[in-house]
Amino acid sequence: MDDHPALDTRLLGKPVPRSEDRALLMGHGRYVDDLPVSRDTLSAHVVRSPHAHAVIRGIDATAARAAAGVHAVITGEDARRLTDPFLVAVKQPLPQWALAVGRVRYVGEPVAVVIADDRYLAEDAAELVTVEYETLPAVVDPRAAAAPGATLIHPDCGTNEVSNRHFRYGDPESAFARADARVAITVEYPRNSFTPLECFVVVASHAPADGSYDVVANFQGPFSIHPVMARALRVPGPKLRLRTPASSGGSFGIKLSIFPYIVLMAIAARLVGRPVKWVEDRLEHLQAASSGPNRVSTVEAAVTRDGRILALSYDNLEDYGAFLRAPMPGPLYRMHGAMTGAYDVANVAVTNRCVLTNKMPAGLIRGFGGPQLYLALERLVHKIAVTLGLDPLAVIRRNLIPAASFPYRAAAGGLYDSGDYARAVDLAVGDGRLAAVQQRQAQARAAGRRYGIGFAAVVEPGMSNMGYLSTMLTSEARERAGPKNGAVSLATVAIDPLGAVSVTADAPPQGQGHATVLAQIVAEELGIGLDDVAVNLEIDTAKDAWSIAAGTYSCRFSPGTAVAAHLAARQVRAKLASIAANQLNVLKDDIEFAGGKIRSRSNPDNALSFTRVAGTAHWSPVLLPSDMAPALRETGVWSPPELEPPARDDRINTSLTYGFVFDFCGVEIDPVTCEARVDRYVSMHDAGNLLNPLIAEGQVRGAFVQGLAAALYEEFVYDEAGGFLSGTFADYLVPTASEVPPLEILHIHSPSPFTPLGAKGLAEGNCMSVPACIANAIADALGIETVTLPATPRRLHAILAGVEPPR
Amino acid sequence: MKPRPFDYLRPDTVEEALVALAEHGEGARILAGGQSLVAMLNFRLLEPLLLIDIARIAALDYIRVEGGALEVGAAVTQNRLLAYPGLGSEAPLLALALPWVGHFQTRNRGTVCGSLAHADPSAEIPLALAVLGGEVVLRSVRGERRVAATDFQAGMLATARAPDELLVAARFPLRADRRAAFRETARRHGDFAIVAVAAVVEPDGSVRLGVGGIADRPSVRRIEPRGAAAVAAAVNDFAWDLGGYDDMHASPRYRRDLLRRMGTAVIDEALQCAA
Repeated sequence: MDDHPALDTRLLGKPVPRSEDRALLMGHGRYVDDLPVSRDTLSAHVVRSPHAHAVIRGIDATAARAAAGVHAVITGEDARRLTDPFLVAVKQPLPQWALAVGRVRYVGEPVAVVIADDRYLAEDAAELVTVEYETLPAVVDPRAAAAPGATLIHPDCGTNEVSNRHFRYGDPESAFARADARVAITVEYPRNSFTPLECFVVVASHAPADGSYDVVANFQGPFSIHPVMARALRVPGPKLRLRTPASSGGSFGIKLSIFPYIVLMAIAARLVGRPVKWVEDRLEHLQAASSGPNRVSTVEAAVTRDGRILALSYDNLEDYGAFLRAPMPGPLYRMHGAMTGAYDVANVAVTNRCVLTNKMPAGLIRGFGGPQLYLALERLVHKIAVTLGLDPLAVIRRNLIPAASFPYRAAAGGLYDSGDYARAVDLAVGDGRLAAVQQRQAQARAAGRRYGIGFAAVVEPGMSNMGYLSTMLTSEARERAGPKNGAVSLATVAIDPLGAVSVTADAPPQGQGHATVLAQIVAEELGIGLDDVAVNLEIDTAKDAWSIAAGTYSCRFSPGTAVAAHLAARQVRAKLASIAANQLNVLKDDIEFAGGKIRSRSNPDNALSFTRVAGTAHWSPVLLPSDMAPALRETGVWSPPELEPPARDDRINTSLTYGFVFDFCGVEIDPVTCEARVDRYVSMHDAGNLLNPLIAEGQVRGAFVQGLAAALYEEFVYDEAGGFLSGTFADYLVPTASEVPPLEILHIHSPSPFTPLGAKGLAEGNCMSVPACIANAIADALGIETVTLPATPRRLHAILAGVEPPR
Repeated sequence: MKPRPFDYLRPDTVEEALVALAEHGEGARILAGGQSLVAMLNFRLLEPLLLIDIARIAALDYIRVEGGALEVGAAVTQNRLLAYPGLGSEAPLLALALPWVGHFQTRNRGTVCGSLAHADPSAEIPLALAVLGGEVVLRSVRGERRVAATDFQAGMLATARAPDELLVAARFPLRADRRAAFRETARRHGDFAIVAVAAVVEPDGSVRLGVGGIADRPSVRRIEPRGAAAVAAAVNDFAWDLGGYDDMHASPRYRRDLLRRMGTAVIDEALQCAA
């Protein structure tokens, strides 16, 4: 179902097939590992800690250095000598270099790097590196880490709880005092990742002549991390040239966390005086690349008897692992302005605590804070219904933000741009969809089987406010530091002397199909065909237009980069229109672009070819209007004013757009295997205008599978001593096509008034909604309160097993 | 994840392979499909000095009926056996079990005998061989011997194969009574089983029930189908006797419960098959 109003467009909003796919499917992708390197390039292999927590007493690399083909073995002392610690978001002393210095804090932490003629020789030599460890007790559980007397991960901090902030919006105390009831739930969001097919790859070189570094890597942004890397390398930004490849084997946020390795390989190249290439393998990736943070949340609601939520109170304890890598603790704050979700709740209290443990450091991950927030909030809403004896859907409906309230300022500051949540819910459950699931439930229960129905309502942010992390500072500290806000997007449209159009933009690809959408936007504006627009999304920080927000993350493409491209195309169009108006002797307002012509709207025969007008800007400056600069290269700059810095009272509009997702599902517990089997899943989306519905569907399906993964399959498991148990794909279970149930996708469209294209982000919503929705269904099926994710057969069996039949 | 250095030999004949095995003994490993071995090499869990690649030895690339058994040579891939004409009618248990072995793509490389030699306790092919009462043929320069499946698999990734022996063939008995059933629980399609069960009907009407994934090797028990309660009690005893091991995906109790539920179901299925 799709009730999209007919857009007056030729290409934009149409389900155009992805232009990227032909090359990718035929094996012609240009991934970073495929790119040519100079013949003197050496291979790197990283020696990693086998311990979760230990002091490094010494490293003896003598034998390794003497091994065949080995050029160098680099250790933490080299890192300390040649680099500065990475910048972190808190004041505590949490120095992290690209290699462990003095102490290891998680299994897999890089301790040394062997540089050799090839990877085989490097791995042979790595076995000869002797590291003397003095092991320390490991802290794995976030609650234990935050408890007094816990073993300290960073002793200089004096605590593992490196940030603790309390926020208060409205008057939560009074609301709780006058409530009919208080309902609380504690949930734990597990550790997981979304593993790309392609792991990290870095090729680094160093130019002694000017001390500059040149790196090709499948980094994904945000490019706010470029200054972090340049600072670590002690060079100004231009002396760290970072280039990203044309093709990407996926990222899902994970490839931000390549940045310590970029610095590591940069100094390795410097030390050996030759280019160095490192290709991360899957074992390294699973144990040490990146993880979403696990979170323990206790959330309490003040409610009326009929299920109206008067206030919410959160206590969030988020586990970031061994270090606080930039831009952590993002997941605790990315959703901050939207922490009331889809509900009209004026009073909120929040305590956010960041804790460190002996696990791999957390980083970017699709959903980024949303899955954690909504697992707590939506499980709470379900529990409110159970506690009050109400229908969960009735509780959702009672609290949804009314359509007339948009733009709606949420309690913690989110400025929700548009939506009609009640209508979305009505349409989703309508046409007999919910009734059919209820009937399936009734039949299953009549037959003695366990079948539950779950719901989840989610507000999905798009395009993050670069100032949101400063919400964790006090208002006074923010004032001293100066305001941080906005999210600058940049895209460039150029037309060459023969009229060929090209586009570059600040969003490196991860497989989304951005090149297709950018061609749609620019071709739409210039009246030309899709094939007439060449899009290059490789990024070269030394030559391309970028700012700190650049990168592909947090659904910033549709509300951000796409708008910048639209603006750039308009600027080019305006210039072409002026040139043509001059030559056609008509007013600029009479100019239209169609079918590769630029012509008079009132007299279409009075026309010039697009290429001819474009050529004029290059070949014939004499023909240009007197106030016009020649050439055709326009950069669109988009910085929406709604992304204001945090206010004095800590309100923060964390994102520019806020889409809506409403899911419901039926889940049956298999009586033999105790597997939770999704019987039916319906997902309603409102992402405003869809720039390309085909690509949007792909994004929704991908996010759904990853939500399913978090709900039922994927978990990074550590034992009590910090040992890592999920080092292969036999242990870390990524669902495959065979495990994915059918998904019914619905859309309505409330265009965002805050972006010229009306499009919102939509690629993360199901990562946020699906774990909560499935957990609610399992709670309903089993009549239980605590649903530990992933809800594996082992866990569900433990709940259902009962007394074992005696021998 | 790169292996240590090793030498590679690709003999054309079994004799050449056996001579090399005799010379290198435990320093050599047989490479057939490589679906388990190569990963173990890359993890450096194994460090052979010599790999002997038998995949192209023509004399090992055969499937034939001989002496009342379907004999499968060591170079035969799992998909080739699955595509063997008449497999479903001649050896129905294999036709039921093989689709559960890995994925279509891995079955194109993985060999039937390689799976037996690898001896994963939850693998389907060793389970099928054990339930059918089959045997393996081991050959060395010293001679040839046949070892019953239940004696061959000695534990987790351990077999009775001597270092100089090559598993040249597996023999799956063709049964007069073709009734058979197979069930498996795995986390995902193509994963190693958490528990797999197989049942065949004996000439006397009893059922041979086999289970993989619960002990360190496939286990087989003869069960008299004297009513549902008796079968349930027998399977329950079987579960208690085996115990079950613990890992991230399954507790011993979960494994026992899977055997109780799937074991009784697979016995019923086998008995209800058209003979």
